[in-house]
Amino acid sequence: MRGTRIVSVLAGLAGLAASGAAHAIAWYFQTPVSGIARDIDQLHQVIMWLIIVIFVGVFGFMFWACYAHRKSKGHRAEQFHENTTVEILWTVIPALILVIIAWPVTKTVIAQKDTAAPELTIKVTGYQWKWGYDYLRGEGEGISFVSMLATPREQIEGGARKGENYLLEVDNEMVVPVGKKIRVIVTAADVIHAWWVPAFGAKQDAIPGFLRDTWFRVDRPGTYRGQCTELCGKEHGFMPIVVRAVPAEDYTKWVGERKQAMAAVAEDPSKTWKVDELVARGEKVYAANCVACHQASGRGAPPAFPPLAGSKVVNGPEPGQIDVVLNGRPNTAMQAFGKQLSDTDIAAVITFTRKSWGNKASEVQPAEVKARRK
Amino acid sequence: MRWITTTNHKDIGTLYLWFSFIMFSVGGLMAVGIRMELFSPGLQVMDPDFFNQLTTMHGLIMVFGAIMPVFVGFANWQIPMMIGAPDMAFARLNNWSFWLLPFAATLLVLSFFMPGGAPGVGWTMYAPLTVQMGIGMDLTIFAVHILGMSSILGSINIITTILNMRAPGMTLMKMPLFVWTWLITAYLLVAAMPVLAGAVTMTLTDRHFGTSFFNAAGGGDPVLYQHVFWFFGHPEVYIIALPGFGVISQVIPAFSRKPLFGYASMVYATSAIAIISFIVWAHHMYTVGMPVTGQLFFMYATMLVAVPTGVKVFNWVATMWKGSLTFETPMLFACGFLFMFTLGGFTGLVLSLVPIDIQVHDTYYVVAHFHYVMVAGALFAAFAGIYFWIPKWTGHMYNETLGKIHFWLTLVFFNMIFFVQHFLGLAGMPRRIPDYPLMFETWNKISSLGAFGMGLAQLLFLYVVIDCIRKGAPAPQKPWEGADSLEWTHLPTPVPYHTFETPPVVK
Repeated sequence: MRGTRIVSVLAGLAGLAASGAAHAIAWYFQTPVSGIARDIDQLHQVIMWLIIVIFVGVFGFMFWACYAHRKSKGHRAEQFHENTTVEILWTVIPALILVIIAWPVTKTVIAQKDTAAPELTIKVTGYQWKWGYDYLRGEGEGISFVSMLATPREQIEGGARKGENYLLEVDNEMVVPVGKKIRVIVTAADVIHAWWVPAFGAKQDAIPGFLRDTWFRVDRPGTYRGQCTELCGKEHGFMPIVVRAVPAEDYTKWVGERKQAMAAVAEDPSKTWKVDELVARGEKVYAANCVACHQASGRGAPPAFPPLAGSKVVNGPEPGQIDVVLNGRPNTAMQAFGKQLSDTDIAAVITFTRKSWGNKASEVQPAEVKARRK
Repeated sequence: MRWITTTNHKDIGTLYLWFSFIMFSVGGLMAVGIRMELFSPGLQVMDPDFFNQLTTMHGLIMVFGAIMPVFVGFANWQIPMMIGAPDMAFARLNNWSFWLLPFAATLLVLSFFMPGGAPGVGWTMYAPLTVQMGIGMDLTIFAVHILGMSSILGSINIITTILNMRAPGMTLMKMPLFVWTWLITAYLLVAAMPVLAGAVTMTLTDRHFGTSFFNAAGGGDPVLYQHVFWFFGHPEVYIIALPGFGVISQVIPAFSRKPLFGYASMVYATSAIAIISFIVWAHHMYTVGMPVTGQLFFMYATMLVAVPTGVKVFNWVATMWKGSLTFETPMLFACGFLFMFTLGGFTGLVLSLVPIDIQVHDTYYVVAHFHYVMVAGALFAAFAGIYFWIPKWTGHMYNETLGKIHFWLTLVFFNMIFFVQHFLGLAGMPRRIPDYPLMFETWNKISSLGAFGMGLAQLLFLYVVIDCIRKGAPAPQKPWEGADSLEWTHLPTPVPYHTFETPPVVK
C-alpha cells in the first residue's frame, strides 16, 4: 500500500516537472555525426545491454533470496560456505568478459588518437571565458577570430524569456567543411578549459602552455553545440562551443567572405579619433570583453576582480594601463588582450574606462597602443 | 572536560560520530543550496562565484569531514571490542587525532568569510585555477594538511592496535571482516595522504613563493598536479569504500543467520582492490591528452578492478542465498547498499572505457556515478552500521518503524536526485555549472526536489538517534540473533566504559 502511494506521488512530481518545461527532454547522447561518436554510441549500447543482463542475473538471486529465504516464511538457514569451484568461476568468467569488451574498445581508442594527415588544422585557445579559433593549415589558413557567448545577460540574470539556444549560442561560430578530416590543436591562455562537441565525440582539455590535439570528420551539414567542460572560474558555465559544418563549396564561400571582412576591419592605427567616437566604440568592446568581471558598474567584485571606477591604474598615466590590457596580469583572470583585440579596440576600451564612472583621465589613441606593443 | 581530555576509545568514537554528523549537515545544506540554484535555468539564488565555492566546499566537507570521520568513529568503537583489546594502542594520540579535526573544519568554514570567499576551484583543486584564488585557498590548504595529519595518526594507531592487541587465539584470519577492511584502509591512508599534502603544498608555494611546479611559463606542468592529486585521489575512493564494505560484511551474515560465504576470498579481494587502486589514477584524466599507450594501460588496469569488486558482490549475495533472512533497518540499508553500490560499480565499468569516458568526462554522468559509490555506498553502509551497533553503544533499541521509514525515504529521494543525473550527463550537461541550457530543465527539477526531500529525511534520522539515546527500550546483550563477533557474545549491553581488561580467549 505504501509502495503504490510512493509511486503515484513520484509520477505526479515527474508530470509536474515535465509540464513546467517547455523544452524537449534530453536523456541520451546527441545524435552522433562523426565516425568516432557513432562508435562511442554503439560501444555504450553494447555495454549497457551486457550490464543489464548481469544486473538482472545477480539481483535476481538477491531478490529471490529476499523473497523465498525469509525467516518469516519459516526458512531455516543452511550453513554452507566456501566453495572453491564457484569462487574460481566467478573470478575467471568476469575476467574473460572484460577481455572480450576490451578488444573493440581498444580499436576505437587507437582511432580516436590518430590525428595524422588532416585536411584542415585549427588551433583552439581557451580564455577566461571565451574561445579563440586560428585556422592554421588548409583552406582558410590565416583566419582568426574569438567566439563568445551571445545569450544576452537579461536572459541569464533577468526574467527575459530564454531563447531556444539559451547558453548554447555564440557571436562567431567555428565553420568547417563536411567530410574532411579536421585536426584541432587545443591550448589555453590562463587556466585549464576543455573543448567539447558532443555530436563529434571529441573532447580535449585545453592546458595552458601545452598543445594537445584531437580530430573529427563531420558527415552531415548542421550546427553542433557544446560547452566548456573543465571548471575554469566564475563564468565556466558561459563559454559554449558552436561549430557549423557546411558543404565544401559553402565553406569556400565563407572563407572568401571572412578574409574580405578581415581586410576591411584592418584599420589604420595612426588615425586620430575623437574622444566621443572612442568612448562609443569602447563601450561595445567593454560589454563584450570586460563586463563579466569588472561589471557594468565598473565596480568589479573585489578582491578577485578589482574595480575600475576610481582605480589608480585607470586614472594613472596612459602607458601603465595600456600595458595591463595588452599583457594581462599573471596569475589572475586578467588576460593579455594584445593578441585578441586591435589597437583601435584597445584604445577605445581604455578611453571608455578612463571617461566613465566618475573617472576623468585623458584619452588613449590607437597609435599609443601600437607603440607599447612589443 | 571529560570529552576534551578523554583517551577512551568509546568516547573518542562518539566524538567522531557526532562530528561527522555535524559536517554531514553542513555539507548537506550546501548541496541543498546548489540544487536550489539548479532548480531552474537562469541565475536566481546566487552568483556563479558563490556557486563554485559551494560545490568545492560541499565536496571537501563531505569527503574529509563527514564520510572519513564516520568510519574512524566506527573503527574507534568497534575494533578494540571486536579483537578483544581493552582500548586503542595509542590512547593520547587517539585524542589528538580527533581534536585536530575541529580546527581543520573551522578553517574550511572560515574561508567563506575571507575576502574573495572560499576557493571556487572544485574539491579536486586543479592548478592553475588555484593560483587565482584569494586567501580562502590558503586556509583550505592548511585545513587539508591538518586533516591529513589527523588521518595518518589515526591510521598508525589502527594498524598498531590490530597487529599487536588481538586477544589470544584471535589470529588474523579469524578477525571480523570489518577489522580486516580497516587494516587495509589504514595502510592506504598512510600511503596516500602524504601525497595529497605534497600536492597542496606545491600549490601553496606556487601561489606565494614564486615556484612553478604547475606553471608552464616557469617550466612546470598543470597536468602534473592532476597526476599527483589522483595518485592520492583514487586510493581515497577505496579509503572511503572499504570500511563500508566491512560494515556490510558484518550486517549481511548477521541478518541472514549464516556465515559469510567466502571469508578468505573477501580478504584477498579487499587486498587486491587496495593494490590495484594505486595503478589506476590516470583514468580520471583521459581527456588531458596522454599518449595512446598510457590510455590503454590505465583502461585495462581500471577494468581489472571489476574482478575483485565482483567477487565481493557475489559473496554477499551468496551469503544471503538460502539463509534465514529478516529485514530490520540495518539489513535494509545493507540491501540498499548492495543494490545501488553495484549500480555505481557498473557505471564505473562504463567510465573505465576510454572512448565513452571521453564523451561523458566532467559531465553529470560522473557526478551520478560517484554519488552512487559515495552516498549509496559509503553513506548507506554508515547508516547500516549505526543502526546495527547503536543498541550496543547506547544500551537502547532505536524505533524500528521510524528506522525503516528513514531507509525508504532516503532510498527514494536518493534515486530521485541521482538516477536522473545519468541522463543529464549522457545528454551533455557539464558538471560544476550554475546555469544550463533548457533541454536539461526537467531532470534538474526532479533532482532538486529529490535533494530537498533527502535533506528532510535526515532530520528524521537525527530524531531516531536522539529518541534512541533518551528513551529507547533497553537492549539485550545480543539483539540480533545472527550476530557472532566478540562485542555481542562477550560483552553486556550497554558496554561498560572499560572492556576486556582481561583478554577473552578465542577458540
